[in-house]
Amino acid sequence: MSETKIYSKPKSWMKDVHTHYCPGCGHGIAHRLICELIDELDIQKDALSMAPVGCAAMMYDYIDIDYVEAPHGRAPAVATGIKRVRPDKIVFTYQGDGDLASIGMAEIIHAANRGENFMVIFINNAIYGMTGGQMAPTTLVGQKATTCPLGRDPKLAGYPIRMCELLASLETPAYIERVSVAKPKYIMKAKAAIKKGFEYQLENKGFSFIEILSTCPTNWGLNPVKAFEWQMENMMPYYPLGVFKDYE
Amino acid sequence: MAKGRIEVSENYCKSCGLCVAACPVKVLRISDRINAKGHRPVEQYKAGCIACGMCAMSCPDAAIEVYRIEEE
Amino acid sequence: MAKVLMKGTEAIAEAAIQAGCRHFFGYPITPQNEIPEYMSAHLPKHGGVYIQGESEVASINMVLGAAATGCQVMTSSSSPGISLMSEGISYIAGSELPCVIVNVMRGGPGLGGILPSQADYLQATKGGGNGDYRLMVFAPSTLQEAVDLVQSGWDFAFKYRNPVMILADGFMGQMMEPVEIKPHETDRRDVQSWAMGYFADRGNKRTLIKSMNLTPELLEAHNVELQKKYDQMQQEDTQYEVLDLEDAELVIASYGTSARIAKTAIAHLREEGYKVGLIRPITLFPFPYEAFEKIPSCTRHILDIEMNMGQMIDDVKIGTSCKYPVSFFGHCGGLAPSVEEIEDACKKILG
Repeated sequence: MSETKIYSKPKSWMKDVHTHYCPGCGHGIAHRLICELIDELDIQKDALSMAPVGCAAMMYDYIDIDYVEAPHGRAPAVATGIKRVRPDKIVFTYQGDGDLASIGMAEIIHAANRGENFMVIFINNAIYGMTGGQMAPTTLVGQKATTCPLGRDPKLAGYPIRMCELLASLETPAYIERVSVAKPKYIMKAKAAIKKGFEYQLENKGFSFIEILSTCPTNWGLNPVKAFEWQMENMMPYYPLGVFKDYE
Repeated sequence: MAKGRIEVSENYCKSCGLCVAACPVKVLRISDRINAKGHRPVEQYKAGCIACGMCAMSCPDAAIEVYRIEEE
Repeated sequence: MAKVLMKGTEAIAEAAIQAGCRHFFGYPITPQNEIPEYMSAHLPKHGGVYIQGESEVASINMVLGAAATGCQVMTSSSSPGISLMSEGISYIAGSELPCVIVNVMRGGPGLGGILPSQADYLQATKGGGNGDYRLMVFAPSTLQEAVDLVQSGWDFAFKYRNPVMILADGFMGQMMEPVEIKPHETDRRDVQSWAMGYFADRGNKRTLIKSMNLTPELLEAHNVELQKKYDQMQQEDTQYEVLDLEDAELVIASYGTSARIAKTAIAHLREEGYKVGLIRPITLFPFPYEAFEKIPSCTRHILDIEMNMGQMIDDVKIGTSCKYPVSFFGHCGGLAPSVEEIEDACKKILG
């Protein structure tokens, strides 16, 4: 009898570090997929990324690559600066709802529109996690948050913003896809999408945007398994999975 | 059907239960033990692991490693 | 290279290119639009990149990213645009990154006016963004000085791993003068030890560039280290000019274009027998307090002349330990004090 290890902790996942994320948080899954791909594509020495402001503000403690901190929302601009100086490196941003769709709305639209040759990973959990559960631009109508305690009212706050669809209206971006990490069949597709984003950059195809539907068990008030069920039942109909733009 | 087993880095498990929900053959459960961080780590409590890797794929803490067992 | 007649903004841009700057990220704002325009036309010829950011906010963040890779990067703006950049400037200083920022000052506050001023002295030297950081601030008085200070900008930026600001004004930006712009070699020092993109060169060791530190003792320690840099700047790198100080009964303190106008006034006053001298700070941070120790005992009064409502006056008082009466004369809103107005102000003080 012999054994083959078929799933191991990625090499680029920092050793001996406990993540500060809540149990069952989608960030951990997304980080792990990124690390697996950094290993598989052998890009650890060339990958450059930015820490956002949000729960992932210290993601540099978990992923062993060069990192710079970006001000809230500004990662696509910081990434532009990095990639324009070092087009030989693999640059990606990783941002949450507030960072990307609120304060950073100008930066993401313009980086996408310039067709900057890097990948943006957008973690959409329909709430502001780090600051304690306030309404996000992606909070669903009727969904309760600390700054819309009676549920999001479109008359006050408008409707949630669908970032993939918004960016797909631009001519320049190369690849836009929405995925989820709700369960293994979705996680596999999410990994394939992130891999494509890295590969498109390696092939100089232009701007890639991967929106990952995630959860916030703590601020949604649901256990991790129920949180992903809520995501599948409520977020997926409004934020449909799929490819919105593809270079090919 | 392949055979397998998992190894859990118990101190990194946060008891989120995603792997238990993901396991198609239901061989995982949250144990009664408490780890260094105060969480109850997951364990494979019966035979039947098919080395599909879905538990490891679901784990936000990269706390599960999976082995495929080959009969000689 | 022979002297060429150039507009100030264009001279600043060409000086940057000759000093090795190959990356510029900026946004148009009057009265400095020729800088991004020149960069967009000329940088690509040198293998460089010009990107027009969607705002000053985006531009300074592009500078942050580029600076994190250890390259010589520049941006330019004017007063309200610099306000927008303040967040990014604070992050760049806190993250200890080198860059050059040009502020071609216009009237304020708020949208203000498009004509020249010196109304950002306090913003540049004492404030702007949040936290205990300082910029190295240079105030050129002629276009040649602007060229020279831009070119040495990255030497200081990399020496201290700190942002450097060139504080010009709209007069300087828009006037034309003969300038000589020579190639300048910048020493980026041990850039590979800290910059992004050198993972393999560091023996597979990654770099982490950040300004955040949630542990208070560590954040304090970081600030103590930053302060050591600013103390070193004060010790080693102040720059100033003094004129006719030895027998001066009235000393004018002035910088930039105001100092240039004051020099003409001083020449006229001296012809008429008035004993007036000048202290012209060139670094506004670190402020050349030591220049004010050179004020002779015969001095009765100091006159601070600026194109604002009196912003350097506090530093003058600190520099003289309030030993002399200090008053202010100036104009703002886009107006400049004239030679005659300065002469009259001096005569009124001297009696």
